[in-house]
Amino acid sequence: MAVYKLKTPISEDEIRKLRVNDVIYISGTIVTARDQAHRRALEFFNQGKTLPINLEGLAVFHCGPLVRKEGDKWIIISAGPTTSTRMEVFEDEFIEKFKVRVIIGKGGMGARTTEAMRKYGAVYGAFTGGAGVLAAQAIKNVQSVEWFDLGMPEALWILEVEDFGPLTVAIDSHGNNLFTEVSKRVETSRQSIYQTLNI
Amino acid sequence: MEIANVIEEVAVNLLRLAVIELPSDVKEAIRKAYNEETSEAGKTQLKAILDNIELAEKTQKPMCQDTGTIIFYIKAGVEAKGLDKIPQALKNATLRATKEVPLRPNAVDPFLQKNSGDNTGRYIPYIHWEIVPGNTIEVTALPKGGGSENVTVLGMLVPGQGVRGLKKFVIDAIMRAGAKPCPPNILGIGVGGGADIAVKLAKQALLRPLNQPNPNPEIAKLEKELFEAANMTGIGPMGLGGKCTVLGVNIEYAHRHPASYPAAVAFQCWAARRATAKIHTDGKVEYLTHKV
Repeated sequence: MAVYKLKTPISEDEIRKLRVNDVIYISGTIVTARDQAHRRALEFFNQGKTLPINLEGLAVFHCGPLVRKEGDKWIIISAGPTTSTRMEVFEDEFIEKFKVRVIIGKGGMGARTTEAMRKYGAVYGAFTGGAGVLAAQAIKNVQSVEWFDLGMPEALWILEVEDFGPLTVAIDSHGNNLFTEVSKRVETSRQSIYQTLNI
Repeated sequence: MEIANVIEEVAVNLLRLAVIELPSDVKEAIRKAYNEETSEAGKTQLKAILDNIELAEKTQKPMCQDTGTIIFYIKAGVEAKGLDKIPQALKNATLRATKEVPLRPNAVDPFLQKNSGDNTGRYIPYIHWEIVPGNTIEVTALPKGGGSENVTVLGMLVPGQGVRGLKKFVIDAIMRAGAKPCPPNILGIGVGGGADIAVKLAKQALLRPLNQPNPNPEIAKLEKELFEAANMTGIGPMGLGGKCTVLGVNIEYAHRHPASYPAAVAFQCWAARRATAKIHTDGKVEYLTHKV
């Protein structure tokens, strides 16, 4: 296990160095996006419209933050990850079209995303679910909020971060998926647990 | 102060306490898990959880951005005054806490898909009532996160299989849930009654502190057995692999119909937020889960 500090925009070379179980910290720009934002971003792409921000080399964060407005300034109060599997249907296309390098979330993603990460050079960084204050502490500034009509949790929050992490690389760009490995091991433990419990 | 105002004030405090500071039994269990965890990825996750807990207390901010669906459990002393004022007081408290703490607006109309924006709506905040002897009012706030709620299961098991069937049902539920409920989890298991009763008991089991086994020694033994089995799965913190998948297992039960064996498993994420206070007739308030 190695620890890396990455700065956005992140290059494909930097991503290819990472392996599952490595820990990364990100500084620069990350953008929150959940189901609705993924859907709209891809619609924009297909209609030839430009997104409010160029995502190339950036990190996308599966997160619906808790935010408060103080004067005309947005303050992130708590911003842990949401369950990533909901974005599985969009993510491969999202990685291909927008060249994002890091997807941050919790719970892992499936085969389609793993394949897209291998093909286009991206990683999945698992951030501790529920660690919302830890995440908020690394967010130094809200650059802007876009698509606010989707609601506070679903909007695109464009965030300036410093040493955002720890993110455990759970899917790397070489086809390895830590969550899949763990679930295989879990499956093999099933029979011995049944035996222990005499069931 | 009017009793309604006391209840409102107490409920705002309980919501704030719950989302910012974990009860000591939960913190203790997470520290123990961190010391015992051997997987690197698992240890990184538990360290981040401990750092986050400390930071939330220090900055007085909600530990998780998902501040949950707002649920209250009320033990209403039959001789207490102002019981009819409780629903309005709890609604007011929810509105205030949403702004003051703040809490994330989490009440969505299931047909219009519209977020009310203030954590209140039809039946929300939800109130569980229990009438008890005496003249005190005990209020518990349980803000319940969505990720762990989504893996709740109810099974109408085969009575002939008895406890063996129950054990298999629980282990299968944990394995199916995997990383989704933000492990390490607390499991609330409800057995018996009918379908609705089993689910209600499962959730209610989450209110019991981790250092209090079921008073029935046979059930306590089963809790321990399932705890150990759950931690053999290898799911680990956040599903990244490791020893610590659950922090505790609490079972509550009711007698069942001869033809039915209902069983429910409620998952609580590590951010096991709950806070309780007792209100006396003279307006004196005792906080039972937190130091105030």
